[in-house]
Amino acid sequence: MRITTNRPASRPHLHRGRLALGAVTALVLGLTAACGDDSDPTASAEQKALGEGETLTITTFGEFGYDELIEEWNAENPDIQVEQTKVSLWDDWKNELNTLLQANEGLPDVVAIEGDFIPALVAAPDRWVDLSSPDVEGRWLDFKEDAATTPDGQLVGYATDAGPEAICYRADLFEKAGLPTDREEVAERMTTWEDYYALGEEFVANSDAQWYDASGSIAQAMLNQVEFPFEEADNTVNVENDELRAVYDTVTGNAEKLSTGVAQWSDDWTAGFTNDGFATVPCPGWMRSNIRDNTGDPAPKGVVWDIADVFPGGGGNWGGSYLAVPKSSPHQEEAKELAAWLTAPEQQIRIFEQYGNFPSQAQALEDSALLEASDPYFNDAPVGEIFSNRANAITVQPYHGPLYSDILGKFQEAITRVDQGGDPDKSWETFVNEVEALQ
Amino acid sequence: MSTQLESPAEAAPAAAPAGGPRLVRRQRLSRWDLKLSPYLYISPFFVLFGLVGLFPLLYTGYLSVHDWERLYYQRGEFVGLENYRFVLTDPVFIKSLVNTFSIFVMSSVPQVVAAVCIAALLDTHLRGRTFWRMSVLLPFVVAPTAAVLIFGSLFADKYGVINAMLDGVGLEPIRWHVDRWWSHFAIAGMVNWRWTGYNALIFLAAMQAVPRDLYESAALDGAGRVRQFLSVTLPMIRPTMIFVIVTSTIGGLQIFTEPRLFDDTPQREGGPDHQYMTSTLYIYVKGIEDQFYGRASAAAWVLFLIIVGIALLNFAITRYFTRRSS
Repeated sequence: MRITTNRPASRPHLHRGRLALGAVTALVLGLTAACGDDSDPTASAEQKALGEGETLTITTFGEFGYDELIEEWNAENPDIQVEQTKVSLWDDWKNELNTLLQANEGLPDVVAIEGDFIPALVAAPDRWVDLSSPDVEGRWLDFKEDAATTPDGQLVGYATDAGPEAICYRADLFEKAGLPTDREEVAERMTTWEDYYALGEEFVANSDAQWYDASGSIAQAMLNQVEFPFEEADNTVNVENDELRAVYDTVTGNAEKLSTGVAQWSDDWTAGFTNDGFATVPCPGWMRSNIRDNTGDPAPKGVVWDIADVFPGGGGNWGGSYLAVPKSSPHQEEAKELAAWLTAPEQQIRIFEQYGNFPSQAQALEDSALLEASDPYFNDAPVGEIFSNRANAITVQPYHGPLYSDILGKFQEAITRVDQGGDPDKSWETFVNEVEALQ
Repeated sequence: MSTQLESPAEAAPAAAPAGGPRLVRRQRLSRWDLKLSPYLYISPFFVLFGLVGLFPLLYTGYLSVHDWERLYYQRGEFVGLENYRFVLTDPVFIKSLVNTFSIFVMSSVPQVVAAVCIAALLDTHLRGRTFWRMSVLLPFVVAPTAAVLIFGSLFADKYGVINAMLDGVGLEPIRWHVDRWWSHFAIAGMVNWRWTGYNALIFLAAMQAVPRDLYESAALDGAGRVRQFLSVTLPMIRPTMIFVIVTSTIGGLQIFTEPRLFDDTPQREGGPDHQYMTSTLYIYVKGIEDQFYGRASAAAWVLFLIIVGIALLNFAITRYFTRRSS
């Protein structure tokens, strides 16, 4: 009974309650502070030796062709065991990468970066380890190395492959439509974009298939010949330029007649390889393994892929990636060593032979193993010679600013909208607005 | 009991000013036990909620009034309500809201109706009752990603199963990924497939708690099966009804996985024309793809307020109707 009447005694209880409340508040606020107080993302992680059972991690997308090489590395380097994670699409990996960079945690030790995204790294280089070293000086083609070098001379990534473009075509479909099938004759008919589209009209008049795989892929091919596609040299965004509009108008104008109307990399696109969906594909070196995987190896009966040593409107480079090491990695030396080894000319030649990714290393391009290579899947086309010629034909290096990769995504969507029956002018307007919203 | 007085050492400096006799420690402990323990027992929920619910909520609000430095993935300057202005005037956000409501109406409404009907059927004396009850839950166990893959091949534009069947009977194929309303239909289909069984089981549990003698009296009064269902079952499961409607409203307005994976273009922004971009997807695209956390946070808050509003409205309406019918 005394308990209820004794007022002062209830004070400690109150005190305790307040304490609990205070503790919870402190916890919430403390957490807010911990996360809210953005720790410096440019600080380098504390370097540690690889412990027992620890591995060096690398994440790649698409097909880098590293499976066998990493096995070999692991056999030769018991102290530095490497574990590779493969993501199928660059766009998915890019989102994941953005999230990891934002958290500044959980990044692999070696990160594969699509060539179009490398300008974003160059614009924020202090999050990445400077990979420049006398050992790798002059290893790459100038344009590949320049693209990954900051004005201060920091090298943010080691180039893996380059993407000189040729045209891959279905010789069997060409034959059925009464077109020449010989790769030299085909090449002669496609030296300009006008010729290419004219040949396409001739083809679709005599065939059920479409002329090319996707409007998006042909847009990208044409875009790779525009000097300033989206951004000026000082990185100001300018998408309302005549050259870009010309690419857009050409591609959307031909979409209904010549294109499959499906988005590149979609399921319907993949199905088009086996269903005789289209006859030609703009073909950077790395596209060969995509064609082979999507069509099936060995090819279905009657399917003949070939490669013409030509690219409409001159040369063009599509893609080609880089390996970079984030400062959050606690094993930067080892990571750098691995990246240097994977991108060495000897390794890249082996990848070229097995997977088709065309090397970006100057020395590899003169290697006889590369020059004499041919590909039985593509009707024994002399792929080494063809892609070397294609690399030499590249005259324009399009300028890619830090927003290039993001704007490209919006541009592809604009094209897909028209593919799906949207009004080209309205779609363009949406594109301009969406680019505006990116700034 | 009062022999063991509190020693002076135990009295903290901040302790209550002296006045009147003090309690012995045991008394005080049991008093705390009485008053404090219940709060401690339920505290794990609130601590966890504070960590994973309240904190992100507040932090999102904090981010929503700041700019975002894209290159360094860092919070930028304080910009006031600029992000809210951007989001509310962004036609894409408005479109996403319309999509969200359209998909929500196409999913939640048929879902609840179907769930009640299925539950009523399961509530009868079926042979192999457990088997039937477990089978309706089966879709819920399947990971949404796997479900989308299956539905993806059903709803593919060119080489899909449904279009092949339509083609077989001489109908025009439907462009599932292009036509706005058909894409909503397809996505709502996936959502319904996944959640109807789950809701049906909740309704079933409520129906089984309805006293059987009510049905007997109703039957004696001459009420048929349908009348019994309308006049006994429905009013009796009213609280459950409210619960399911509120939760499925919240869930229906947060649909993300289905539209994200239904899109087979590489950008995955709910269709190239954002035909089926839901608001949660908009938040994701703004935050993760376009790297504007401030705008994404502002959109998240707008969506949060809308959902709270609708949940309350739904609650009020449901209560009004079930009150009236009872």
